[in-house]
Amino acid sequence: MTTKVSFTLNGEAVSAEVDSRTLLVEMIRENLGKTGTHVGCDTSQCGACVIHLDGRSVKSCTMLAVQAEGADVATIEGVATNGKLHPMQEAFREHHGLQCGYCTPGMIMSSLDLVKQNPDPDEKQIREWLEGNLCRCTGYQNIVRAVKAGAQAMRADD
Amino acid sequence: MTENGIGAAVRRKEDHRFITGKGQYVDDINRPNQLYAVILRSPLAHGKIKSLETDAAKAAPGVVAVFTGADMAAAGVGGLPCGWGITSSDGSPMAEPGHPPLAVDVVHHVGDQVAVVLAETKAAARDAVELIEVDYDDLPAVASLDAAGAEGAPLVWDDAPGNICFDWEIGDAAATDAAFAKAAQVVSIDIVNNRLIANAMEPRAAIGDYDSGKDEYTLFTTSQNPHVIRMLMGAFVLGIPEHKLRVVSPDVGGGFGSKIFHYAEEAIVTWASKQVDRPVKWTADRSESFISDAHGRDHVSHAELALSEDGEFLGLRVDTRANLGAYLSTFGPAVPTILYATLLAGTYKTPAIHARVRGMFTHTVPVDAYRGAGRPEASYLLERLVDRAAKVTGIDPIELRRRNFIKPDEFPYQTPVALEYDIGDYDAAVDKALELADYDNFAQRREESASRGKLRGVGIATYIEACGIAPSNVAGALGARAGLYEAGTVRVNPTGSVSVFTGSHSHGQGHETTFAQLVTEALGVDFDNVSIVHGDTAKVPFGMGTYGSRSAAVGGVALMNALEKIRTKSRKIAAHLLEASAEDIEFKDGKLTVVGTDRSVAFGDVAMAAYVPHNYPLDTLEPGLEETAFYDPKNFTFPAGCHICEVEIDPDTGVVDVVSFTAADDFGRIINPMIVEGQVHGGVTQGIGQALYEQCVYDDSGQLLSGSMMDYCLPRADNLPNFAVTTNVTPCTHNVLGVKGCGEAGAIGTPPAVINAVVNALSEYKIDDMPMPATPERVWQAIQSATN
Repeated sequence: MTTKVSFTLNGEAVSAEVDSRTLLVEMIRENLGKTGTHVGCDTSQCGACVIHLDGRSVKSCTMLAVQAEGADVATIEGVATNGKLHPMQEAFREHHGLQCGYCTPGMIMSSLDLVKQNPDPDEKQIREWLEGNLCRCTGYQNIVRAVKAGAQAMRADD
Repeated sequence: MTENGIGAAVRRKEDHRFITGKGQYVDDINRPNQLYAVILRSPLAHGKIKSLETDAAKAAPGVVAVFTGADMAAAGVGGLPCGWGITSSDGSPMAEPGHPPLAVDVVHHVGDQVAVVLAETKAAARDAVELIEVDYDDLPAVASLDAAGAEGAPLVWDDAPGNICFDWEIGDAAATDAAFAKAAQVVSIDIVNNRLIANAMEPRAAIGDYDSGKDEYTLFTTSQNPHVIRMLMGAFVLGIPEHKLRVVSPDVGGGFGSKIFHYAEEAIVTWASKQVDRPVKWTADRSESFISDAHGRDHVSHAELALSEDGEFLGLRVDTRANLGAYLSTFGPAVPTILYATLLAGTYKTPAIHARVRGMFTHTVPVDAYRGAGRPEASYLLERLVDRAAKVTGIDPIELRRRNFIKPDEFPYQTPVALEYDIGDYDAAVDKALELADYDNFAQRREESASRGKLRGVGIATYIEACGIAPSNVAGALGARAGLYEAGTVRVNPTGSVSVFTGSHSHGQGHETTFAQLVTEALGVDFDNVSIVHGDTAKVPFGMGTYGSRSAAVGGVALMNALEKIRTKSRKIAAHLLEASAEDIEFKDGKLTVVGTDRSVAFGDVAMAAYVPHNYPLDTLEPGLEETAFYDPKNFTFPAGCHICEVEIDPDTGVVDVVSFTAADDFGRIINPMIVEGQVHGGVTQGIGQALYEQCVYDDSGQLLSGSMMDYCLPRADNLPNFAVTTNVTPCTHNVLGVKGCGEAGAIGTPPAVINAVVNALSEYKIDDMPMPATPERVWQAIQSATN
């Protein structure tokens, strides 16, 4: 059985006919063609699929597409504006917060929510917040540095 | 130093696409009209397929085809080959069972491929797989080394009695016996190197795309070495000649060894694509990765060290059993032999070493290289044994190590286990690590921890590794069935920009940046005018890929050699343009100058002259400016270093907290310190994972109990401290870059440093051993046993 699901993706109205069992991440990747959001596990452990749903970070592998009906969805593709990188993206690059890049979109989306809730997180808070996002390459140290620097840059921009 | 050249911490070219969600991993690729493959896998560790009924699946909505092992066998598909042959000490070749991509008659591990469904959607394929009815005879299984070696154990393969694949040895047994006979003291250890699962964040995926118009195949696959896959799958499995088979490995989300090997799914989708004349895409679920990606480590060893009265190492005797799994993976037999026992000298002058290694079959997923591949097993065994020797002899563990180090003036140093180390300075690494770790003030920190009811311990480990396996003829004599060189092509485009085609493959290592730094250094071309192409057999001349920390030491050197050819030809062109002799042309900072004059020509003008050869020595020089080099190293490289770990243990809960970690590594010359530091962070984290968290667990019947990320504990951000990382440099003596490799060091030196620290923290309980992973339960139980 298919259902039409409509929501806003990175500011644009989108919709697709999907199986009612379709996960939100599957709809984003396969029906809407936005492949920046990744799938790294099937048990909600890795966080590669983190997106924003109505402004909060969620694991898009852990909800059905139909649950996003009418929502405001943001993915990594919407983070840079008019070709200009977001300070958090810049910080990941500047501080070598990524290697293979697979976990990176989830890390950035998750970090953006952290900074929204806590504009000046300390290292311990960053590490605790990111415990739901696995990275197998970096040992997290440079990710933590990047998030701290990204948060600082975001405060400076405000 | 050239800006953006060798030694600069250049920010990475590849990052932009990854931070904006524009990476192109295999699962991001979709081919027109593609089908989705879902594989039915064995739920049993060992079973005979009595019947396999696929009619209902074939009739299910959206299903296009269902194939079984019988179908592939009938079509003449071969088995997955093993790339390294090991000869037992009695001269007999290793047992080498067949490995069909889809099982025929018998399944040999949980996750073994049984059938594949192709359907219009992944959901339809998944539904249809459920409709395949398999009736198995459940056969007895062996899941561990102990079970496999037990008297009367069920056999994985009838032609491998005792489940022994090979019984191999290295070193001089008689000399080692003699060393033990004159020893003042002998220290021994029984040690287990825990089985691990690589868990690269990107699950494996493969797309087979057959073009019936041209009779050509394309395989997109998550591989660390696409040319190797083309060779193995084309020649041994599917019988497709190289010119008809293109293998593409685009962005790959981490490998750590697990994506070196040729996997069944690659052959299945490529073959199936031809059968249905449509592209076929397969992507692993993470649960599938756990039961189909090659696992790592899994050794059980007994080792003895003979010492003189004053702590001089006289001899080392090692007996290791290594779990190879049910089938031989691509490099499976090489890992516990050539990549392990040859490293047992470590950083020490032990004059006599003998090691026996038995490779054993079990009904488990094949075991192969995982970050470090054999070298972590050697380092863990040796450094735990040395720490124990320190305790037994009463000699300070650092002093004992220093007393036995190979000293800087003793290189080149021939070990008793085949390797010749070219250069190193192990004391310097220890000095740096001790200083950075503030080792002298450890006692104060221990006291402070004690005041909070915590047990603090410090552990040290030195390590050596052998990277960039080489040279090919030696590797061949040791059983390698492939060459171990690397290839690189430098194409200078007419307007002076540069495209590099490298056989190395980047799946996180940042080659697009570091290799561009080499070009900038050699040709003076602006960093932004260089692009690095890799991972496509249609574009890159050839390549052996990336593993064993070989990219800089082999691929980077191949690139340097190609760049040198470009420099030589450029000088000739410049000599013509400047009416001088090529010997008098100096090539520096992107300019070619007649020595001692102000007459010069820019490199870009030389490139243009090569492609628009109006004023050009056509009678002696070909037009164009493109050069290829194949580089086969003279020797391995030998990175080495010293790692120091401090832990704090809560005796009430057994939780081990790594409170500080220091790494002082010698990687030779460093191209990009930022990237090297990142590699160390990642390696150390995987080493801490092995030491404290990660454990692949099978039950006695061969069911994988740690089959998801909820059951297999990967290190997370809040488990770790910041690491203190430094380097000391002794440049490799036999490659032009002086580089050694840095990718695996962290995973090699870390586990013994962590466990030595844990044991040190527990010393008041007289606990002198702690298996990996040192979980809270194990630590707590050990404390309880010691106090009750």
